[in-house]
Amino acid sequence: MEKISLTVNGQLRELEVTPETPLLYVLRNDLGLTGTKYGCGLEQCGACAVIKNGEKIYSCNTPVDACRDSEVTTIEGIGTLEKPHPIQAAFIEERAAQCGYCIPGMIIASKVLLDKHQHPDDKTIRQELSDHLCRCGTHPRILRAVKRADQEVNS
Amino acid sequence: MSISSSLERNPDLDSWLQIHKDGTLTLFTGKVEIGQGIKTALALIAAEELDVAFERITVKTADTALGLNEIFTAGSGSMEESGSAIRQVTAEIRELLLQMAAKRLNLPVERLSVTDGLIGAAETNSTITYWELFGGQKFNRKFNGEAKPKKADQYQQIGRPVSLIGIESLVGGTADYIQDMKFPDLAYGRIIRPPQYHAELSRVDTAEVSALPGVLKIVQDGRFLAVIAEREEQAIRAASALKESAEWNFVKELDCTDISELLVQNKRTSLLVVNGIPIDDPIPTIAIPSAAVRTSTASYQRPYQMHGSIGPSTALALFSEAENNPVVLTVWTHSQGVFPLRVSLAHALDMNPEQIRVVHKQGAGCYGHNGADDVALDAALLARAIPGRPVLLTWMREDEHCWEPYGPAMLIKLQASVDAQGQILSWNHDVFSDSHIRRPRPVEGHSGLLASWHRATPLPPPEKKPNRAPHGGIHRNSDPLYKFPQKRIVKHLVEDLPLRTSALRTLGAFANIFAIESFMDELAAEAEIDALEFRIRHLEDKRAIAVLEAAAEKAGWGTPLKIEGMGRGIAFSQYKNLKCYAAVVMTVAVDEYGNIQLKHAVIAADAGQIVDADGLINQLEGGLIQAASWTLKEEVRYQAEGILSQDWESYPILTFEEVPEIETVLINRPDEPYLGSGEATSGPTAAAISNAVFNAIGVRLRRLPFTMEEVQKTVSEL
Ligand code: FES
Ligand code: FES
Repeated sequence: MEKISLTVNGQLRELEVTPETPLLYVLRNDLGLTGTKYGCGLEQCGACAVIKNGEKIYSCNTPVDACRDSEVTTIEGIGTLEKPHPIQAAFIEERAAQCGYCIPGMIIASKVLLDKHQHPDDKTIRQELSDHLCRCGTHPRILRAVKRADQEVNS
Repeated sequence: MSISSSLERNPDLDSWLQIHKDGTLTLFTGKVEIGQGIKTALALIAAEELDVAFERITVKTADTALGLNEIFTAGSGSMEESGSAIRQVTAEIRELLLQMAAKRLNLPVERLSVTDGLIGAAETNSTITYWELFGGQKFNRKFNGEAKPKKADQYQQIGRPVSLIGIESLVGGTADYIQDMKFPDLAYGRIIRPPQYHAELSRVDTAEVSALPGVLKIVQDGRFLAVIAEREEQAIRAASALKESAEWNFVKELDCTDISELLVQNKRTSLLVVNGIPIDDPIPTIAIPSAAVRTSTASYQRPYQMHGSIGPSTALALFSEAENNPVVLTVWTHSQGVFPLRVSLAHALDMNPEQIRVVHKQGAGCYGHNGADDVALDAALLARAIPGRPVLLTWMREDEHCWEPYGPAMLIKLQASVDAQGQILSWNHDVFSDSHIRRPRPVEGHSGLLASWHRATPLPPPEKKPNRAPHGGIHRNSDPLYKFPQKRIVKHLVEDLPLRTSALRTLGAFANIFAIESFMDELAAEAEIDALEFRIRHLEDKRAIAVLEAAAEKAGWGTPLKIEGMGRGIAFSQYKNLKCYAAVVMTVAVDEYGNIQLKHAVIAADAGQIVDADGLINQLEGGLIQAASWTLKEEVRYQAEGILSQDWESYPILTFEEVPEIETVLINRPDEPYLGSGEATSGPTAAAISNAVFNAIGVRLRRLPFTMEEVQKTVSEL
């Protein structure tokens, strides 16, 4: 076990953990941030996506060691129940969820996408989200939600 | 209106609704939320009948301690069963409350009206709310069925857009899934499964792994092998160390003979199906009517396919140490049937069902019987090894892919004879498959739960018997809605097939409808009749014709598609011949290599009276996308040594870049009962795709999935 510090959702956190522990378990079990999900542990599904220093990463395969002194944003840091981020508001508006398990990862991916692209076209959105699996078939609504959010965020 | 079966089983009013002093209400259902939006639809029904705002209602799903037993959440039955029950119960409760209020306010019942729980009468000032009147109290009475639910034209809330219950927490990441349950002294488990169904554990070095950091216990019982640790990553690390050290003895290989051969060669039980029901009458031989001018045959196949939940199966279990506690074991689960699971657990663990409490907790979408029940027994076995500590157990992705019960591989042989006008005179349908319904139900000396098969004293799976329920498993939707003068439908339950199977969304219907609706297209083409027209000529059911016409109109059926390599296909069904009607028109493009791209889809559906239109569309479109994924991409691959489809790379599913644009047309029937819709679009989707491919490149695809290799293979066979 080692002392590791990183910033999560704007807060400096100090932890005693084994450095190779995947960030996913630190977030979920040590910091109680369970919005980030385990889906495959193999970087194949996107359920565990978080933002590290502005880039999307898959926390299932990122050792916490690699996040020392980094800024990590999880779904809980995007917005709150009382004050949802415009992307979350767009997902609510479009009712873009069935079981919802994939949705935190989708919102993280959308956030990174909209931070980088102003008014992405349909093709770009699909490409950027293509690593994110949804088994319920909520895709059309997620696409609509991202476009709606883009109008909000990038106008 | 007939009494819903759920209500017959659970007549106590208090088991369905509680009114609280603070102006909120709790509605109970024995069904479970699996991402189908059932909580929202049920709350809406109760809000409507009671005349209270939808937002006041919280919905509690299945828990054996709460008593409400609705058995399974399956087969698109929740709206008809729980929905109808709640409609009747809440109508009766409203009536009771009005009678109480009439006495209290000293006004005749007829003068009273309710607005958001506030009871009053025009031209008087006296009012009282439900919660002032009855908050915190119990009815202590049984449903008597005297009150009449509202008529559709009296509805004020049903049919209006509402938000999905809980969506704020889903998008905020605060939704509480079973995976997210927290206990102060939670321990984490992981399972080490054999490399293949028939492998026995010959040696494992537990001593070394026991010494790894955080390891609390290694549980070994026969070839059931698991580890419990303080931290989750420690459990994962210990599990992979155990896996490394374990040596296995392969008792038997998986039979890798082409499954289409096994399906027709192996021993089987065959039953004639009449009006969707298997019967014991002798199976007639196929007879060709004398007026027939042409007889056609075709065979269709679907491989093993998986549920593939995005969140692997999980359970949390706690063995109580307290003496005198009547509940010894508590299990939190995302199973679709908490009561049947309780009995199965009791049986497997040699306990009384009363000693076990099974609580439903939301999981990721499951789409049928996946590993949810199995992992509950796994977790219980671990919890029993460390009493007093709750154990959370999540399967790894590989566990889920390799051990969940798959949707069975199926083979369907069709033969039809037509007259000079192309009208079908006789129709023959032979469907070969393993069992579709292997949900855990205890049978003396047997168990349906995976770990039971692996323990030192194993309880093998129960024997397979053909399902005789109307549109049960293999024969679901094998009986077409079309009017044919002569129909011969036979289901064949085939034995000794290589992979474990159970209920996958739609059971046999997906492949049966794929076959029927593809074959209808073939017969239409042979008779040189438009595929839509050909179907209508064989239909009498007006609602069926209406969805076909609505989909065709929206898709511009009959207008030419100008681009080379593009095609359009149509298909339809009524799920189980009694639920939602759905037609699908798919437009595809096929490139020179045989890649099929879905361009555009239209759905037209009639689910009776619409309660929650947006939720209905979500279910219909979600069903279409999942079925498109089965159709284009999915097949469980295996070899003698085990399953090869171990993750999303070896078992790919449809991605954002492959999902078509979808437009959905809903036909509302306010005077018809609401019909389950979660499984309505699956079958038609597969057939609409195959028909569109034929329209595009003139090739008939009859073996799922339609990968590039399959298209090339079919072309080479021409
Ligand atoms: S859990 Fe990390 S990508 Fe699937
Ligand atoms: S909403 Fe269920 S997996 Fe996407």
